Amino acid sequence: MAKSAAIELKNITKTFGKVVANKNVSLTAYRGEILSILGENGSGKTTLMNMISGIYFPDEGQILVDGQEAVIASPKDAFKYKIGMIHQHFKLVDVFTAAENIVLGIEEGKYNLKESISKIREICDKYGFDLDPEKKIYTMSVSEKQTVEIVKVLYRGADILILDEPTAVLTPQEIQKLFAVLRRMREAGKSIIIITHKLNEVMELSDRVAVLRKGEYIGSVNTAETSESQLTEMMVGEKISLNINRSEPKDPKDRLIVENLECVNRMGVKVLSNVSFTAKSGEILGIAGIAGSGQRELLEAIAGLQKINSGDINYINPKTDVVENLKDKTPRQIRDLGVRLSFVPEDRLGMGLVANMDITDNMMLRSYKKGKSFLLQRKEPKNLAEKIIEDLSVVTPGVSTPVRQLSGGNIQKILVGREIAASPKLLMVAYPVRGLDINSSYTIFNLLNEQKERGVAVIFVGEDLDALIELCDRIMVIGSGRITGIVDGRTATKEELGVLMTKSVNESEVSNNG
Amino acid sequence: MIGYITRAILLGVPMLFGATGEILTEKSGHLNLGIPGIMYVGAISGVSGAFLYENSCGNVVENMNPFLAVFIPFICAILGSAVMGLIYSFFTVTLRANQNVTGLAITTFGIGLGNFFGASLIKLVNSDMPSIALSKTSNFFCTKLPFADDLGWFGELFLSFDFLTYLSVIIAIIASFVLSKTRVGLNLRAVGESPATADAAGINVTKYKYFATCIGSAVAGLGGLQYVMAYANGCWSNDAFGDRGWMAIALVIFALWKPHFAIAGAFLFGALCNANNYLNGLGVETQELFKMLPYVVTIIVLIFTSMRKKREHQPPAHLGLPYFREER
Repeated sequence: MAKSAAIELKNITKTFGKVVANKNVSLTAYRGEILSILGENGSGKTTLMNMISGIYFPDEGQILVDGQEAVIASPKDAFKYKIGMIHQHFKLVDVFTAAENIVLGIEEGKYNLKESISKIREICDKYGFDLDPEKKIYTMSVSEKQTVEIVKVLYRGADILILDEPTAVLTPQEIQKLFAVLRRMREAGKSIIIITHKLNEVMELSDRVAVLRKGEYIGSVNTAETSESQLTEMMVGEKISLNINRSEPKDPKDRLIVENLECVNRMGVKVLSNVSFTAKSGEILGIAGIAGSGQRELLEAIAGLQKINSGDINYINPKTDVVENLKDKTPRQIRDLGVRLSFVPEDRLGMGLVANMDITDNMMLRSYKKGKSFLLQRKEPKNLAEKIIEDLSVVTPGVSTPVRQLSGGNIQKILVGREIAASPKLLMVAYPVRGLDINSSYTIFNLLNEQKERGVAVIFVGEDLDALIELCDRIMVIGSGRITGIVDGRTATKEELGVLMTKSVNESEVSNNG
Repeated sequence: MIGYITRAILLGVPMLFGATGEILTEKSGHLNLGIPGIMYVGAISGVSGAFLYENSCGNVVENMNPFLAVFIPFICAILGSAVMGLIYSFFTVTLRANQNVTGLAITTFGIGLGNFFGASLIKLVNSDMPSIALSKTSNFFCTKLPFADDLGWFGELFLSFDFLTYLSVIIAIIASFVLSKTRVGLNLRAVGESPATADAAGINVTKYKYFATCIGSAVAGLGGLQYVMAYANGCWSNDAFGDRGWMAIALVIFALWKPHFAIAGAFLFGALCNANNYLNGLGVETQELFKMLPYVVTIIVLIFTSMRKKREHQPPAHLGLPYFREER
């Protein structure tokens, strides 16, 4: 007998403003199987799952649970249909015990923590969780917190579990433990959907894989009948031509030499190891990788904002040809050498711009040390603001408009424009076209090309592989904090990059040693 | 000595009411600096209720019903302070105004309101003194428990108080129990620690914040009433309440946000506040130094708890922050 469908999605479409997050997606998950949802960043995996768990409501289409049409308008509704989602960011109260967190918000029955604890222990024994229900959350490791989230969902009787990138925060040993638990849940007849972009995990764990690309459903395959290369192809798709100008690098000279860089983040986790590369003047070095692979830390380390464990960052000053080690310099000294970081973080305003200040004032954030008078000199920054508005065709009522009232694209133009105005020698940009429409993206690309022709060494962290391949002279791929390969932008293919991006830690270790 | 202890307890009770009320409010994530004003309003509401009832009975004790004489001021104090709590919640929960600014405004407003009505009542009775005496109502409040006078020091220490004193301890114990042992308490603590988590778990965050603030204010208001009726023997004069409201907020920190700790803390604060009156040979200036003691012990407690870094002894994580539900 064929497996029965636990949940079916029919022609689901969801848009946010003009952005289409999911388009006409139809998908089925069966009882007693592990389904992987595979896709690049921004392919709409999480949005799709959020519609099943009641956080978003689909614009079009139907959701069927056990063959019956279901209306899921809130997380509470989702529980009614026995659907539980474990988000990437845990929703737990730190000073509560695991048990208190698990029972929080359940209204039925008598409030009896002792009984609840023994029920939690039963669930743990059944599936092999390692959890002390009386332990406080703030004393727990990330993996234990995740366990609490999973048990919380099971405690409420969920039969369909959705896990959003559950392995992103775990060590390899913890991943194996999680997989063992998930397999046991599958044997108990639950359906499990995991959102991931790690191919090796897909191959190891899941029964079937559904692939999304740019919000569209590409297809499902049985894991046993597929290969990593087929999945990569489904994930990245055909190459799309963007027609970005790319000139040959003129007289490239070494500008920045990074050697064996190793960094540890605030939580003590190694985020970069053994990173070595060279950035040359007059070329654009692209950095490709799955979000959170260490791109941010790398750029911050160069800019002096991230503590460096070991390794060297040597900058060759084009004016004097002196080699300067950036490791021992303050962010200000590094900036004065001509190294510019234009970082566009997840929230565009988080770093670099002050939302409530107007455009002129934001220009002054970079030049406040200039000027001899005690009072602020607003003329120069105002001229600069006007120049950027004109050159980059920023849409704004005027220079005195608070930045927060502008659209994302215009904010990004101002941010990049301001850094370029300081005529840098090394320009680093991260995700400068995220969320921008095609025309704004081209404006930014042209700006970068202009800088390159002036002999600036440009480092461009991007997520759109098509843009990287057309814009960059060389593309460095970073995976789990290691360099998994550096390829020529003129000959690189998306498949090649995709394979390098999804290489697991162990494999990259082998390739680095070999 | 026994006189000193009973006086210390009487002094501590308004702070205990205030601290219990403030703890309930803070557990929902709201730092209500309006507590001094709210207690003041609680006091004047109770005084007004008592004044009107005494007048309606022709100011003759024999005409007064003991139950009503206590019940009317009691209800007035609760309602008056709860309305103040409601104003505070409307600003900080619904309009998401800054909690500190709103709280301080409520304190200023509450004290002004109390003084206005206090002065009006004083004018009504044409008293020579700038105060009004409600000793008849006060006597009903201070009815001692049976055998209080027959059991020597035991009777005096445990049975001789007004009913609000006993109520303050009972309310603190109930508040402790509710916070730690019931579902409502769990939900309330979750709201104060992480409203987003509580919201995701299906808890009505706004409702909890409103109820916690209003009930907390009502409890605090009883502290004002106890001060007038038991400590001051029914005598109201403007600004006599002093800084007891601020002491209540210091007591919350001293008690590490636990109402049952606040009981002992309140009596200790009462003892420390009163020490200057019972030590001989103090000059006027050294007396002022002694009044500092409760704040000094609060700072010492703060230093010790921050050194121990135990998360359970910290204020609710989301205290003082407005909660915006993210765009869904």
